[in-house]
Amino acid sequence: MSSAVDPVLVLVLLLNFYVVGTSRLHAVINGVALQGAVLGVLALLVHSGSVLSVLVALATILLKGLLMPMMLRRAMREASIRREVEPFIDYVPSLLAVAVATGASFAFARRLPLAPQHVGSLLVPASLATVGTGFLVLATRRKAITQAAGYVVLENGVFVLGVGLLEAMPFLVEVGVLLDLFVAIFVMGIIIYQVNREFASLDTARLSNLKE
Amino acid sequence: MTLHLILLAIALTGVSGLLALLVPRAHGARVATATLLVGATAGAAGAVLALRGEAVRRAWPWAVPGGALSFRVDGLAAMFLLQIFVIAALGAIYGVGYFSDEQQPQHARKVRAFYGLTTAGMSLLVASANAVLFLVGWEVMALAAFMLVSTDDEDPVARHAGLVYLLSTRVGTLCLIAYFALLRSVTGSFSLDVAALDAARPVSTALFALALAAFGLKAGVMPLHIWLPGAHANAPSHVSALMSGVLIKMGIYGIVRAVSLFVAPPVWWGGLVLSLGIASAVLGVLFAIGQHDLKRLLAYHSVENIGIILMGLGVAMLGRAFGDETLFVLGAAGALLHTWNHGIFKALLFLSAGSAVHAAGTREIDRLGGLSKKMPATAGAFAVGAIAICGLPPLNGFVSELLVYLGLARACAATPGPLFAAGAIGAPALALVGALAVACFVKAYGAVFLGEPRTEAARHVHESGPAMLGPMATLAVLCVLIGVGPVLVAPALDRALVSIGGSGAPVRSAAPLSLLTWIGAPLLFVIAIGVIWAYRRRVASRAQPTWDCGYAAGTARMQYTSSSFAEIIVGLFSTVLRPERSAPKIDALFPAASHFHSHVPEVVLDRAIAPTFRVTGRALASLRWMQRGSVHLYVVYVFAALVLALLVFR
Repeated sequence: MSSAVDPVLVLVLLLNFYVVGTSRLHAVINGVALQGAVLGVLALLVHSGSVLSVLVALATILLKGLLMPMMLRRAMREASIRREVEPFIDYVPSLLAVAVATGASFAFARRLPLAPQHVGSLLVPASLATVGTGFLVLATRRKAITQAAGYVVLENGVFVLGVGLLEAMPFLVEVGVLLDLFVAIFVMGIIIYQVNREFASLDTARLSNLKE
Repeated sequence: MTLHLILLAIALTGVSGLLALLVPRAHGARVATATLLVGATAGAAGAVLALRGEAVRRAWPWAVPGGALSFRVDGLAAMFLLQIFVIAALGAIYGVGYFSDEQQPQHARKVRAFYGLTTAGMSLLVASANAVLFLVGWEVMALAAFMLVSTDDEDPVARHAGLVYLLSTRVGTLCLIAYFALLRSVTGSFSLDVAALDAARPVSTALFALALAAFGLKAGVMPLHIWLPGAHANAPSHVSALMSGVLIKMGIYGIVRAVSLFVAPPVWWGGLVLSLGIASAVLGVLFAIGQHDLKRLLAYHSVENIGIILMGLGVAMLGRAFGDETLFVLGAAGALLHTWNHGIFKALLFLSAGSAVHAAGTREIDRLGGLSKKMPATAGAFAVGAIAICGLPPLNGFVSELLVYLGLARACAATPGPLFAAGAIGAPALALVGALAVACFVKAYGAVFLGEPRTEAARHVHESGPAMLGPMATLAVLCVLIGVGPVLVAPALDRALVSIGGSGAPVRSAAPLSLLTWIGAPLLFVIAIGVIWAYRRRVASRAQPTWDCGYAAGTARMQYTSSSFAEIIVGLFSTVLRPERSAPKIDALFPAASHFHSHVPEVVLDRAIAPTFRVTGRALASLRWMQRGSVHLYVVYVFAALVLALLVFR
């Protein structure tokens, strides 16, 4: 494992704050895309250039860094969404929540029975913090498109853990997660379009009208 | 070689419809059908090879946790595989004429894609010897079939049928996962190819119960049949043929496999399976008699025939429990042969019913009538299927039911005890089922094909094309072939019996199969002469109005309807059938125009399960506040559950 891993993970963590703290939708998508691309680099660094890791890295950068942001931007354009994030919880409290989640992840990771080579590494806490951030974005952002972004962040967290344990965890699980994510974004894209058409708005809070 | 053929078949049938999505619309049907036919032919050839040779076992590693690409094609698997490929191929050919792109531009491509996937899923699960691989096949089959059932998704009735099917198949899969997990805890691996287990342990009873629930749901055993009538009625007819002929048999396959894991199943297992079989058979045929929808009627007959198969299986299990090898051979051979036979004649019935429904545009029996004059080939095919399903000689239904009868009779010869009781209850029950089935098909055939057309739509029907008649003719020939020459299939049955723990005693030693040929062939000859004579006479006959009791303006609607024909039997069994009727009260000499309506509901679904859901819903009303309809709140719930799980299980 290369010594460049931890700085990259710090970048991932900082991007969490960026995604939560920005008020512009384009910035959210850019942040998520950059985080995805960084994860591809991470896969290369962790396994220092094995064939499998190159494949994973390429697939990750392609899917998370290019394809998904492209789909999200297209959805934005086609549904002509307004460019603000519209959170339920304001930006500063959200940032505080991410900070608390990051701190809690570090505390929690220390208590996990990890393999000796992972103790002291940022892999596990960064993963947990990113998952927490994903949940936060999912739960507190009003628009369907930010929900999709939150889902990607959540999966990025899972991916960090997957990369760390790639040799221990079957490659297939990771591919499965990628596929799952792709389908999820796909479905989200459809929902975004349909919700927009039916309600003339992309506010998922309005979905509660469908209740009963 | 054998296994490669079957794997090729799984791959080709699976991609057949998906491949067609890649080519231009005009060639889609051809590409899909051709690919599926090539695959099915390869698979059928592989299955025949497997039935002639030794069992094939082969395994490759697989990265999935607990999984292995391990396959086993023994006699039992080969029997089911052959059935899958033959019926799927015939259904696909039928679909070319019945469900073409011109007639169904929105659905045809979707149906072809999922039809191929269903076929591939079924053959995968039958050939697999690993629980994870089995589940993959099972789920592909179940979910693709869901898409097929809800093909006509603009129709709320079809949507509802699809939903009921989806819910029951989910519950079934849940039981199946529990079953495999428990099996793993007993055997230590996910392999399904395990040595004999001890049936006396308590965990074995749990295994048996789980298997019965999981596979019984798929097979449509009473009272787990709730999804079956709606699903079969609303799917396109060649899909109904595939589902009723083959898909529900996957449940039978699972039960047979589960039971054959154990050395000596206790007596009560066999008794339970036999009782479930009797309940399914009797109630299935009773509900069938009450139906007004032709395909729904056929669907209830699937419940009945699954019951007959289970009765055979129950007899075989009793034979095992009492150490009577002949009883085992008779019951198991009867059950397995009936699995084949039901696949053949039920597919034939659904295809010919589909042909009639396609021509007349309605499934309502009481809006059809007189179709045999315009559609003689369809009428003939339906008649062959009807005679076969009633278990009358010289067709195939008779042979398998005879094997079960012989088993039950042998049980009757035992000293008084549980075995005697099984025979003494089972044999009359099977006779009752046969008689009621005859009544039901006299009703169905008479109302649909005989008499005068009741509506204009039924008057202006046209015979179906060769793509639809060809598969029907093939199935009819199979019905006759197995009926007259059962010795032809005896070697296949012997192979299958050995693979589920038989000692190798041939079926021919237990039952006088060659005698059936000596009886059947002359009978067939006499019937053929009779048919020709009747046909000539009909050509010469003239149409005359029936005596109309002095009523001056008789119409075709005044014929005996199917509901009036069934009224006596429905009335006799009204305690279980719970028929609903709304009749006008006539109290004046010249009453105004009015309506009469009668209906036999799906008792288990409408009277048991739906009320249970309602009561549960009301009991949980106090938790309604949690369901805010906000996606965001639901995400919070998921997160809270996750954190809680981390805290509890750390």
